[in-house]
Amino acid sequence: MTQNSHNSVFVRKVDAETLPPPQNEMGIRGWLWRNLLYSVTDYSSVSAALRSLAMIFFTVLVSYVGLTQLWLLLDFVFFSAVWSDPTGIKREACWTLSQGGTLPDDWHAACWPFIFAKLKFLAYGPYPMDELWRVNVTGLLGLAGLCWVLIEALPYRRLVGVLMLTAYPVIALILLTGGASEANYFNATAYIFVGLALITVGRLGQRDLLGIVASDFASIIGFVGWSLIVFQVLMLIFSVDVGLKPVGTGDWGGLMITLVVAVTGIVVSLPLGVILALGRRSNMPVARLLCTIFIEFWRGVPLISVLFMASVMIPLFLPEGVNFDKLMRALIGVMLFSAAYMAEVVRGGLQAIDKGQYEAAEAMGLTYWQSMRQIILPQALTHVIPGIVNTFIGLFKDTTLVSIIGLFDLLGAGKSAIADASWSSPVQAISIYLFVGFIFFIFCFGMSRYSIFMENKLSKSRSH
Amino acid sequence: MAGKSRTSSNMVVKDEVMISMQAVNKWFGNFHVLKDINLTVNKGERIVICGPSGSGKSTLIRCLNRLEEHQAGTIKVQGIELNNDLKKIDEIRREVGMVFQHFNLFPHLTILENCTLAPIWVRKTPKADAEAIAMKYLERVKIPEQAHKYPGQLSGGQQQRVAIARSLCMEPKLMLFDEPTSALDPEMIKEVLDTMVSLAEDGMSMICVTHEMGFARKVANRVIFMDEGQIVEQNEPEEFFQNPQSDRTKLFLSQILGH
Repeated sequence: MTQNSHNSVFVRKVDAETLPPPQNEMGIRGWLWRNLLYSVTDYSSVSAALRSLAMIFFTVLVSYVGLTQLWLLLDFVFFSAVWSDPTGIKREACWTLSQGGTLPDDWHAACWPFIFAKLKFLAYGPYPMDELWRVNVTGLLGLAGLCWVLIEALPYRRLVGVLMLTAYPVIALILLTGGASEANYFNATAYIFVGLALITVGRLGQRDLLGIVASDFASIIGFVGWSLIVFQVLMLIFSVDVGLKPVGTGDWGGLMITLVVAVTGIVVSLPLGVILALGRRSNMPVARLLCTIFIEFWRGVPLISVLFMASVMIPLFLPEGVNFDKLMRALIGVMLFSAAYMAEVVRGGLQAIDKGQYEAAEAMGLTYWQSMRQIILPQALTHVIPGIVNTFIGLFKDTTLVSIIGLFDLLGAGKSAIADASWSSPVQAISIYLFVGFIFFIFCFGMSRYSIFMENKLSKSRSH
Repeated sequence: MAGKSRTSSNMVVKDEVMISMQAVNKWFGNFHVLKDINLTVNKGERIVICGPSGSGKSTLIRCLNRLEEHQAGTIKVQGIELNNDLKKIDEIRREVGMVFQHFNLFPHLTILENCTLAPIWVRKTPKADAEAIAMKYLERVKIPEQAHKYPGQLSGGQQQRVAIARSLCMEPKLMLFDEPTSALDPEMIKEVLDTMVSLAEDGMSMICVTHEMGFARKVANRVIFMDEGQIVEQNEPEEFFQNPQSDRTKLFLSQILGH
């Protein structure tokens, strides 16, 4: 720079050169510097040197403790574990010399033959052996549909998604239970006519033919009518005898129940939570009050008591003769419970949306539902993906609580497998808990990774 | 600058009434924001509203498409009275475009999707047609090449021009501008004003809340000065700037033009 102190005028004649960044900012050296060495290489003063040394000490200590624990786990699970029981001696395969087996006395590791022998039980519980293909078909169908919806390169994702939400639950229920439930055709017909009447009232109300009160509630009346009809039609479909052997939900168990409860909870809680969140922020006092009461009630009680109540209270509210089975009641409890949590997560996202977005949508003439669907919810839900997945994962793990009302979920099935004396050994319980924990981890970790993938993708395409 | 480019010949004001406000009053809680507003706007008129902050200018134009509700008086837009009837409100909103101070583009949609959203969902235009219309107006505001970007990737001036194009895609009869240049960097104000001038030259009726007095002189056929919720003075721009009548107007003009 040719700038002297007397004259502050400066005109650049030559453009400054663009230089590469310093060496230790880039490549492997840069990575090592930033991630390992940056905090331990300053010895320019006594305090800096002490800090660096302390850093080195704690790094080594934590690494040592961490690695030895990791080694112990790997040793327990893989290297020292018993993997097979070729001679069919069952429990004795996992016994040490002093216990009467063949393994050295200091042996302590997983007993996998026990898990292999119990795999079917852990997966299906007491579901009849000859009918297991039905569970497998349901599971594979669900998995295929899920993958189709989640992988973005595939065509017709929307169609598949709609089928998964409408046709799949019906097919799954028929396959798993065998259909042919009892139906009261007279009642069903009566209800369908009531539903049609309600829809008609709703339609008339929408055209302002029935006065103000009716037109305000027209959409609700119509909705109730449609739900009645859809419900009755579903009941009729389930009563069709498709030739499958009926399997009551009492015979369901293991991973299958865990997945049924978790998937139903997840699939229902998101839309229900969105509706509740919108209701709680609505301008309509009655809707707001109802949604607030609903959310606060369900958030205020523990899931265990919800499940207890579901098995005791719900039957009291139902008309005589209608009998929900235990699983169905647990499902409803879990759905409503997680919907309340979901509602608050979604409400958090709605509150993060700038008022200008609502105004822009309104000013364009979009209706309330259009602006929610097209403008507000896509943004709000993107903001709260971590919270939503958090709730999903929490829900997935909370399914273990259904064992309290006598349903054998994965953990419950594991526990009852431990009771099998023909496999009894000191490592029996640890092995099964490790395995069950691993299964839970796979599902939860999978959800977590997918959510991170979604976040990255969305933040890339909407970068600021 | 004064007489340089007065109203070009095609800026015709017709005799058809676009908006009529009669004795409109509005309160926010106890605060009386709009006091006895009477205003008639004809088709093709270009009105600039100015005034100190908090004087009710934005509230006034926001009442015209029911973003705010007035509590007394009548507002008619194209002969349709604004009341609680949602169908009528929607009918009016279809015909009235609005551009906001902070653009309010939808950040999760591309520029093109921002522009086609309302035509597709409100006017039920087929997607291909809506896209053709959107491209037409994006060319009009001179940014067709940005159509597939997201709003966050554009500069403030570009975003505001997209917002104008987005409103135009509904082919409105009237455009409301709520301080469209106040949130922009100085070097971007001109590109937005140029867009608005060219709109005015095409005969679009517009009501503009702005402090851009150069713009007011150039395109407005009426300037309205508001203070404390009332219309204090309205006049043709030439007269308004040369010869303000009320003391409040004089003070305001000296403050904004004085530097």
